[in-house]
Amino acid sequence: MIAWIGHHLTALREALRHLAAAPLNTLLSLLVIGVALTLPTAGWLAIENLRTLTGNTPGVQQISIFLELDAGQRERGEIESRLRQAAAGSWHFVPRAEALKRLQESEGMAEIIGSLPKNPLPDAFVVTPADSQPESLEHLAETFSQWPKVAHVQLDSVWVKRLDALLRLAKLVVMLLAVLFAGALVTITFNTIRLQILAHADEIEVAKLIGATDSYIQRPLHYFGLLQGALGGLCAALLVTAGSHLLTPPVAELARLYGADFTLQSLSARDFGGLAAIGGGLGWLGAKISALIHLRGSR
Amino acid sequence: MITANAVTKRYPDGHEALKNVSFEVTAGEMVFLTGHSGAGKSTLFKLLAAIERPTAGSIVINGQNLAALRRNAIPYLRRKLGLIFQDQKLLFDRTVLDNVLLPLSIVGHPARDAPRRAQAALAKVGLPNREKAFPIALSGGEQQRLAIARAVVNRPAIILADEPTANLDAESATEILGIFRAFQQVGVTVLIATHDPLILARLKPRILRLDKGEMSEPLPDQSAAGSVP
Repeated sequence: MIAWIGHHLTALREALRHLAAAPLNTLLSLLVIGVALTLPTAGWLAIENLRTLTGNTPGVQQISIFLELDAGQRERGEIESRLRQAAAGSWHFVPRAEALKRLQESEGMAEIIGSLPKNPLPDAFVVTPADSQPESLEHLAETFSQWPKVAHVQLDSVWVKRLDALLRLAKLVVMLLAVLFAGALVTITFNTIRLQILAHADEIEVAKLIGATDSYIQRPLHYFGLLQGALGGLCAALLVTAGSHLLTPPVAELARLYGADFTLQSLSARDFGGLAAIGGGLGWLGAKISALIHLRGSR
Repeated sequence: MITANAVTKRYPDGHEALKNVSFEVTAGEMVFLTGHSGAGKSTLFKLLAAIERPTAGSIVINGQNLAALRRNAIPYLRRKLGLIFQDQKLLFDRTVLDNVLLPLSIVGHPARDAPRRAQAALAKVGLPNREKAFPIALSGGEQQRLAIARAVVNRPAIILADEPTANLDAESATEILGIFRAFQQVGVTVLIATHDPLILARLKPRILRLDKGEMSEPLPDQSAAGSVP
């Protein structure tokens, strides 16, 4: 066990020595890996931010039922009992006075509303259906519109659904990018390890001749790939963080102009760790494949 | 300790480097393997170190048949051998001490004790106080001593040396042979391949003679096992 730990420490020291021995090469490799990981990371961050923009529950579908302006207490009760019968899910009632108050709070609306002689808004029910399948939503909306004193039924889900579909597409694109650049990272590591093996051919030959096992030879190379990938991942995290810091003021300004309260979320410490782990894992994989292929012939 | 039985090595190009070679070296013996260049000494050395495999016949070292050795068992066999190569195979980008530390690192010798052990090996071959030097700064004889120190640092039971005195002047060669003799005297089996007639004439050791890949019988007066005048 102690020998095993010793072997790993030796290999780690060896890998660090090789990384430090050619600082320019190391720096260039780290930058290439960093840039390769930056693109999918930035895409992922953008999607995460858009998701928070669309509300906390982008998947929830709602149906709004607007009543006629002259609908009274009795009609309201009627609709409520019908909703109960239809077992449509949960709902809440938005009185017209409250709707007006909410609207007034919106940017630039207070003046317009203030100039109106009377409240133009109707009473409304907001229904959150238990079954959010598109077909059953359409069906429910159709049913609601047949009820008495119902002026208009609106499926609030439409724009959410569109945005959601768009985000799903973007996510897929980012995922494809990620796979592509993960492949690039593995390839980069594959090549640097190949060069390492060429550069240390003498050492490897001598070590094998005096009784080194394959693992003894390969372990430092695995650590080399792991370290290079992990540091490249951290490089990417730093690049994305720098980018999002640059973007934060203009985004905040844009949001302010639209009267929204939105700040760009950057990478967390966990994301840094995650990127280092992903980079390290892919680097290790590249090193493993490279070592297997390039050391196969040695005796 | 080493038994070769009807060993033949044929290369893919049809050249037969060894033909039906048999011999035995018992534990604690010091034996010289000789013959003209191209007689098959280096081939036999490679077979003994499991660098190459015989085409036919068997080689048993320390009870292990090399012909049947699995690939992943080879490193463990080599650890029991102290190998000294014709071209020495020193690492010129490492210090003398680091060169000797390599075999210890390979077997997982505790790092705290390793330098002491390596220093002891360097002292044994008469190369103390040079541990910080790089091999390029050493003379030919000193480089050979370093190669021996690296071979013996793991205290192998068998030393195999391929032309250890080639390119050395007579004085250095004698010193190097003295080192091997010292190891033999503490019980190490030593097999040295050489074509240096001076050494053989002076030491009158047991000789295995290879001629065009065949082992010819050693002369009776030279077969006294390991005896040194």
